[in-house]
Amino acid sequence: MKEIRIHGRGGQGSVTAAELLAVAAFADGKFSQAFPAFGVERRGAPVQAFTRISDAPIRLRSQIYKPDYVIVQDPTLLESVDVASGLKDDGTLIINSDFDPETFKLDTKAKIMTVNATKIALDIIGMPIVNTVLLGAFAGATGEIRPESIMGAVRERFPGKVGERNAQAIMKAYEMMEGQK
Amino acid sequence: MKIVPGAVCEAGTSRVNKTGGWRTFKPVYDYDKCIKCKLCELLCPDSSVLPKEDGYFEFDYDYCKGCGICANECPKQAITMVLEEK
Amino acid sequence: MARETKMDKQKMVVVEGSYAVANAVRVCKPNVISAYPITPQTHIVEELSKFMADGEIPNCEYINVESEFSALSALVGSSAVGARSYSATTSQGLELMHEVLFNVAGMRLPIVMTVANRAVSAPINIWNDHQDSISQRDTGWIQLYAENIQEVSDMTAQAFKISEDRDVMMPCMTCMDGFILSHVYEPLVLLEQEITDEFLPPFRPERILDSKNPLTFGAFADPNIYTEFRYQQERAMQNALKKIEDTANEFYDMYGRHFGGLIDEYRTEDADIIIMAMGSIIGTIKDVIDRLRERNVKVGLLKVRAFRPFPAEAIMNVIRDVKVVVVLDKNISLGMNAGALFIETKSVLYNTDIDVPVIGYMMGQGGRDVPMSTIEKIISDAEEVMRSGIKIESQFTDLKEELV
Ligand code: SF4
Ligand code: SF4
Repeated sequence: MKEIRIHGRGGQGSVTAAELLAVAAFADGKFSQAFPAFGVERRGAPVQAFTRISDAPIRLRSQIYKPDYVIVQDPTLLESVDVASGLKDDGTLIINSDFDPETFKLDTKAKIMTVNATKIALDIIGMPIVNTVLLGAFAGATGEIRPESIMGAVRERFPGKVGERNAQAIMKAYEMMEGQK
Repeated sequence: MKIVPGAVCEAGTSRVNKTGGWRTFKPVYDYDKCIKCKLCELLCPDSSVLPKEDGYFEFDYDYCKGCGICANECPKQAITMVLEEK
Repeated sequence: MARETKMDKQKMVVVEGSYAVANAVRVCKPNVISAYPITPQTHIVEELSKFMADGEIPNCEYINVESEFSALSALVGSSAVGARSYSATTSQGLELMHEVLFNVAGMRLPIVMTVANRAVSAPINIWNDHQDSISQRDTGWIQLYAENIQEVSDMTAQAFKISEDRDVMMPCMTCMDGFILSHVYEPLVLLEQEITDEFLPPFRPERILDSKNPLTFGAFADPNIYTEFRYQQERAMQNALKKIEDTANEFYDMYGRHFGGLIDEYRTEDADIIIMAMGSIIGTIKDVIDRLRERNVKVGLLKVRAFRPFPAEAIMNVIRDVKVVVVLDKNISLGMNAGALFIETKSVLYNTDIDVPVIGYMMGQGGRDVPMSTIEKIISDAEEVMRSGIKIESQFTDLKEELV
């Protein structure tokens, strides 16, 4: 089983990202589970969402304490939230940033990767919506999931042009991360 | 007798219980004073004030308990409470 | 006794628990829905409103109300005229319904209501535990608890069938853990329309409220006959015991899915230690059991699906020969220092020939997470009880002593 934690701010679509990841993983032939950090959600406040992916049906209901992967939607969160908390040593942390991974001095042995998802989103989608873009980056960085499955899940959730542009942005982020591995 | 689950029974069974017999005083109309304001009809707790075709009211003495609310509330003193002859 | 459920991945979709429930309600073809939104039940009524707006629930009225009290009161009328009636609520909303819950059960109206279990105020807390529904245990409602979203979805159809049975005619709460199940996305088979049309016959009560043939419902009962009404209700609850089992079996025959009837068992053959629990924590416990079985700890699970009526016999059959029983409760009966499932379990064992130590743990209050490590620790406590007897009979779990 692989466990993923997504950090974002209320309104940035972290919960939607976790859900789409679950839908995509299932389409990939895995079992999945997605849930929010059950909080009182306010716009702008730090929020978390979680996804579990496994070959077998998932029964576990506890929160995720030792994620294999962490996705950070907004690098300013690093000032207030310990995003590397519990992250496994052989895990990966993906940050939405235009800086190099070395810039981030975090208390973790895990691999840190960065992707400028905001730029990709602005260029392709035309809006700074990074949640779906980061899922593409996740697919490229980890190989846990096929980018086609993510694009499929996004197209289904956002039919028409919006979904199409999101799909393009996902592919772009996927290719960029694939290259970095 | 068998009880029915959910305490379901025939409707309107209070009709059987003619409460008019409880009365000591009975209300009597003076139609010369009545202005058809309907207050007596509205306020009677036993639905014993029945409308007539001409817009006035009459009492249903089968159920009127003689409480006197109608007489008390009538703005024109058009209702008098009269001792029942039993 | 455990029946194998083979899930067909082709038929599964990944949706939110609340959507799964709303869809199941739609498939059961209700005639009247009335509910007042309250976290974490909100998504269920939002989805139902959407279905209504899209015309996907024909022959149904959605009554908007100003409180939970009104929501259930509206259903008293609709159920009495013979309309299949549904509501959903949680926490303070359920507590506000308290008075009407008795009326519904007393008038023998088979209303089905989803409870997205949540803690009760004060202090305000919107997260999951079972205090809300457990506190309504004596109102005469059947209470079923679900382990995952597949189960609570399927349970919706079962609940209507159980409640509307002529020998039962008692309302039913289907309980799902708030947030943990109401807000989770996971794969399931959505309740199938065609099979459900066959499984769940239309609601045809014996007596209905009808202006052409007026009847009085819930009429006055003086001391001469009131006892007999209570007796009838208790008998209906006893009838429900069998009906819950039969319905689960019938559901399995038609849909191929089974999550237990009154109870379910997991790795109980040969078990020395039995854990008893209700709701979504069941999944976590199963994972812990698998892990401990690898270390040869003989532990099994007794999942309690029906809390009311209480499945005394079914429970006794499972724990008769074990060495220790551990009961987990996401609630507390204040002044008793124990959870309800623990209290009930102990009480049914008294006056029997079963002599097994029973210990209780109150946990998960107000959404406190229950990790696998907590359950592992409790099982090692149970091993200690096997060796040297009970030291603490009932206790809070993971209590932060430094805060009190
Ligand atoms: S309250 Fe008096 S005035 Fe008014 S309708 Fe009745 S009798 Fe007439
Ligand atoms: S006396 Fe009382 S019961 Fe009789 S008609 Fe007047 S208000 Fe009604």
